[in-house]
Amino acid sequence: MLRFDNREALQEYRNSLQTVKPGQEKKLVSICSGPGCSVNNAAIHKKLLSELRRYDLENTIDVRLTGCHGFCEMGPLMVIHPEKTFYPKLKEEHIPDIVEQTLVNDQVVDKLLYKDTASKKRICCEDDVPFYKLQKRIISGNNNLLDPTNFDHYFCLGGYQAFEKALFEMTPEQVIDQVKQAGLRGRGGGGFPAAIKWATCRKHHGNRYVICNADEGDPGAFMDRSLLEGNPNSVIEGMLIGAYAIGAKEGFVYVRYEYPLAVTNLTKALDTARQMGLLGTNILGSGFDFDIQISRGGGAFVCGESTALMASLEGKPGRPRAKYIHTVERGFRDSPSLLNNVETWANVPVIIDKGANWYAAIGTEHSKGTKIFSLVGKVVNTGLVEVPMGTSLRRIIYDIGGGIPKNRKFKAVQTGGPSGGCIPEKYLDLPVDFDELTKVGSMMGSGGMIVMDEDTCMVDVARYFVDFLVEESCGQCNPCREGLKQMLSILTRICDGQGQDGDIELLEELGTTMQNFSLCGLGTSAANPVLTTLLYFREEYEAHIRDKKCLAGVCKPLFYYTIDKENCTGCMVCARKCPQNAISGEKKEVHVLDQEKCIKCGICYDQCKFNAIRIN
Amino acid sequence: MDKTIVINWKQLEEIIEKYSNNPEALLMIMQDISDIYNHLPPAVIPLLCERLGVQESLVYSVATFYKTISLEPRGKYIINVCTGTACHVRGADKISDALKEKLDIEEGQTTNDGLFTMEEVRCIGCCASGPVITINKETYGGLDRSSALEVIDEYKQHAS
Repeated sequence: MLRFDNREALQEYRNSLQTVKPGQEKKLVSICSGPGCSVNNAAIHKKLLSELRRYDLENTIDVRLTGCHGFCEMGPLMVIHPEKTFYPKLKEEHIPDIVEQTLVNDQVVDKLLYKDTASKKRICCEDDVPFYKLQKRIISGNNNLLDPTNFDHYFCLGGYQAFEKALFEMTPEQVIDQVKQAGLRGRGGGGFPAAIKWATCRKHHGNRYVICNADEGDPGAFMDRSLLEGNPNSVIEGMLIGAYAIGAKEGFVYVRYEYPLAVTNLTKALDTARQMGLLGTNILGSGFDFDIQISRGGGAFVCGESTALMASLEGKPGRPRAKYIHTVERGFRDSPSLLNNVETWANVPVIIDKGANWYAAIGTEHSKGTKIFSLVGKVVNTGLVEVPMGTSLRRIIYDIGGGIPKNRKFKAVQTGGPSGGCIPEKYLDLPVDFDELTKVGSMMGSGGMIVMDEDTCMVDVARYFVDFLVEESCGQCNPCREGLKQMLSILTRICDGQGQDGDIELLEELGTTMQNFSLCGLGTSAANPVLTTLLYFREEYEAHIRDKKCLAGVCKPLFYYTIDKENCTGCMVCARKCPQNAISGEKKEVHVLDQEKCIKCGICYDQCKFNAIRIN
Repeated sequence: MDKTIVINWKQLEEIIEKYSNNPEALLMIMQDISDIYNHLPPAVIPLLCERLGVQESLVYSVATFYKTISLEPRGKYIINVCTGTACHVRGADKISDALKEKLDIEEGQTTNDGLFTMEEVRCIGCCASGPVITINKETYGGLDRSSALEVIDEYKQHAS
């Protein structure tokens, strides 16, 4: 096993990996193994290897199972470098053609290329696919190029160069100053300036700790998972730089129990880093000591809150405390603790490597760099999207995301998880950064972006988040514990058609109380989903309460389905699919729906291609 | 499902030793034990207290605070229905209803034959393929009512 005792040894090794003579580059086949693609890619991988053997190419072609490429909707994905030939929606039976035509004969398999929905043209190169073209993947881009557990791949892309630069060429103060100049803000929620945290932590005495928050609890967000699974070294390198800057000897990654692959890949990377002398004592002969341990969470959303996370790290229930004393002064083990989330740590090596000025040129005045969003819900191109701060919602949802499926109408986009809010259509041109999202009542959160269409009931969405938070509230303070329970019972009443006059005002009053008097960030932001939907979609609440109607067709007691005589072609699909046999009718004749039998499961509505099932 | 559980005490000691008897690792130790027995058998708690030097009240407090720990026995196959936001807007509750009806249990319960436990969980990070369920460590995405039921049938056949 390699071990680097000094800087020169590491540099020499990296250089030896990077020198490939022109014309001698191996073709690289990168197969996405992200959560969206991993279901089918084992068979694809196996088939590819066996085909390569058939042509005696197994040593000439470099095949890598990589982390998430981002375009989950089109998975399983394959990209062939250096041309970046892009094959989406891959199946095992496509492999022989790809090997023969692309890898042996250097031609593309036209019928397997991505077809642009707008122009109907086939697109060959990954960079030209609209989903990727409009992104700027400075943090997530390397995912495509490396096997997460292979250090050589990471070194080849300049891995640990930033750490080495910080350690040997910069003082800790200079490192913090670079982070400050870059304008890095925490990617986990509130967007607190990272350099202030770092500098304050460094000022306080005691055993300092650096901690990585990988308890990505926001439902609908999975960018931290993809970074930790796909490029764990970038997070380790960021933490090493942070530890050097604040003078910490120990670090922890607190990772969700639900992400077993992230734990596996990170464990392997940590073990290798230790063997190579990149973690441990006297790292690269510099006299700097640092090591990282993994701690697994237990499925509690509140543990994403800093004080709760640190309590959980100590082996206790994850209950937050009031922050009269900040965790940078007294946090984990009552010592100064520096907590940043996965994506924030992954930004650090980029800043040190490319320089604060380069980084600060990306983004808006007060939000620098890029942000990875998980674009999900009712949108054509679901997946992970990395764009410069300040990109408009419209560009993300329509130009990159391809708009709303089935030509349905956009209603809202939910950002910031359960602490965030729902943003209506009138703000689609809003540039997305920390401050702009806060201005419209939502927040950045960790970057979940859930698109909702006309079939989404906003009262139901509010109830969904409150229901989530009722379970996740730790129960220590009254406003959060009781406020949420009361909110849930009012919202449930409204969705059941039992809404009363005054319910809206009561929800607002409860929300304001929770905002003002809860103990921690979970409680103070818990009312956001209710308050923003009340602000922007008040008429839906009123329709539920006053007219007893749910026009989105979600709240079962408040709507019924009918068949539109004009649109029904008598194709019989709905009649065949109905589990209750509630639809009758002959071929090419208008069908009839028996309201007595209908359980409003919505299968007919989803199946009908002629827009003949109507919500009333 | 009244089965007496035989506890392998040696294996238990090994797990605790792997974490160097560190009380801060309590939750992870309990998770490792749960991986073996599909729940945390209350019989092991006194040993945990002794080896880690913690109070029984702390063990119960941690065990009941975190969702990944159950003190009740669970089924051979644990079905987690993701009810994260992305799955919710794509109809996770329809999947959940279908499974409850099929297995004739409520959320959090185990079938009489001890085969399935169904739990609703918040976001497992496969948001782009929603609605999603996991069964033990396998993930199934892009489901609707009927395909979800087919998955269950496969497991039933496999078990019989």
